[in-house]
Amino acid sequence: MNAIVSQFFNLEVMAQIYPIVMRGLGMTVLLCTAVIPLGLIGGLLVAGLMQFRSRFVRVPTALFVDLMRALPPLFLLLLVYAGLPFVGIQLPSFATVCLAFLLNTSSYYSEVYRAGFESVGRGQWEAAHSTGLNAVQTLIYVVVPQAVRNVLPDLVSNTVEVVKSTSLASVVALPELLYAADTARAVTQNSSPMVLAAAIYLFLLWPAVRLVSRLEHRVAH
Amino acid sequence: MSGLSLFLDTFFRLDLVERYWLDVVFSMIVTIKVAVAVIFTGLAVGFALALIRSFGIRPVNVIIVIFSDVNRALPPLVLILLAYFGLPSLGIGLSNITVLWLVLSCVLAAFSEEIFWAGILSIRKGQWEAARSTGLTYFQALAWVVLPQALRLTVPSLTNRTIVIIKNTALGTVIGVPEILNVSSTAESFVGNMTPLTLGVIAFLILFVPILALGRWIETRFKWTRA
Repeated sequence: MNAIVSQFFNLEVMAQIYPIVMRGLGMTVLLCTAVIPLGLIGGLLVAGLMQFRSRFVRVPTALFVDLMRALPPLFLLLLVYAGLPFVGIQLPSFATVCLAFLLNTSSYYSEVYRAGFESVGRGQWEAAHSTGLNAVQTLIYVVVPQAVRNVLPDLVSNTVEVVKSTSLASVVALPELLYAADTARAVTQNSSPMVLAAAIYLFLLWPAVRLVSRLEHRVAH
Repeated sequence: MSGLSLFLDTFFRLDLVERYWLDVVFSMIVTIKVAVAVIFTGLAVGFALALIRSFGIRPVNVIIVIFSDVNRALPPLVLILLAYFGLPSLGIGLSNITVLWLVLSCVLAAFSEEIFWAGILSIRKGQWEAARSTGLTYFQALAWVVLPQALRLTVPSLTNRTIVIIKNTALGTVIGVPEILNVSSTAESFVGNMTPLTLGVIAFLILFVPILALGRWIETRFKWTRA
């Protein structure tokens, strides 16, 4: 019992490394505020391209989505990180991480958007048109509200996954929460910094995870 | 040098392909082994937990919900590092492959428990009552009436979630599991050339494109709108 406390819940160690971990948390929050909007917008773009009639647009887009879904996010990150210098592009590591996540998350969000639009029947469009709404009005007042409600669980759980995946940036030494905690663990030879990081992730994401469960059960009924 | 040959020289140098393709094939086998073990363990444990939850024993359910929430909220990489570097100090030294299998199985169990549970909940009370009134016991009603309907509903989300989680086998690279990412990125930094990572891309595509196609087929096959 004592071994567990001193190895995992050592308050002395936690107090000592608290500032480093908090700085890491700041970077994680910054990363999320960049990556989530980028993914949401990129996903909308990809979903829009999939609506094109021309096969020359649709096929490459579908290939892109499948390629991004087939590669593990960490692999994609390392590929971008290692590959960009070879093609003569030098980016700061924050931008590199954002780019890699954009490729990955936009393809996931685009699938959510697609499911959302498919969940609203054609009859809704026709009915809206017949009442005199134009295409943009139909989209804003009729289709989007229903689509968002239908895919809300997926939208939230996808966003939770994005926040969780920012921890991958630790592998390329971006000093976010996990990287800070892992460095502190290596220095102190104690697991308490990791427990602290886990507690922070839990504090941030538990409400969202609960929300997903409740939304899913509501849809199921 | 022309653009194309420069590109090939950077991303697909034939002598490096020859030197590393076999290593990458072996690493695919490691990835497949871990993935298969995770799928079986994770889905079996998740299913068992959802069944136990359906008995409605409150203290037990609280533990199941906490297990599921924690494993869904924490990034798997945090769990992997915590288990790999933390457990030995308690005298539990697990090999890197065991840690990867254990953590990903817990994560899949957590997600699949939620999905199975949502499936069981979605079956209306009337189904239970009708089944019980024909003289079926609780377990018979569960096995012959509720589960067949519930499982059908869960197939698309289960498939998608399983695919996402088995891609996380790549996280094993951080603790030195010789899976595809580990082998190809180690070789990449050793030779200073992208060719091994290109081989890694090909390996992942060979493994996952058929799985994605299967997932899509399952999604359309089992799409079922309730009245």
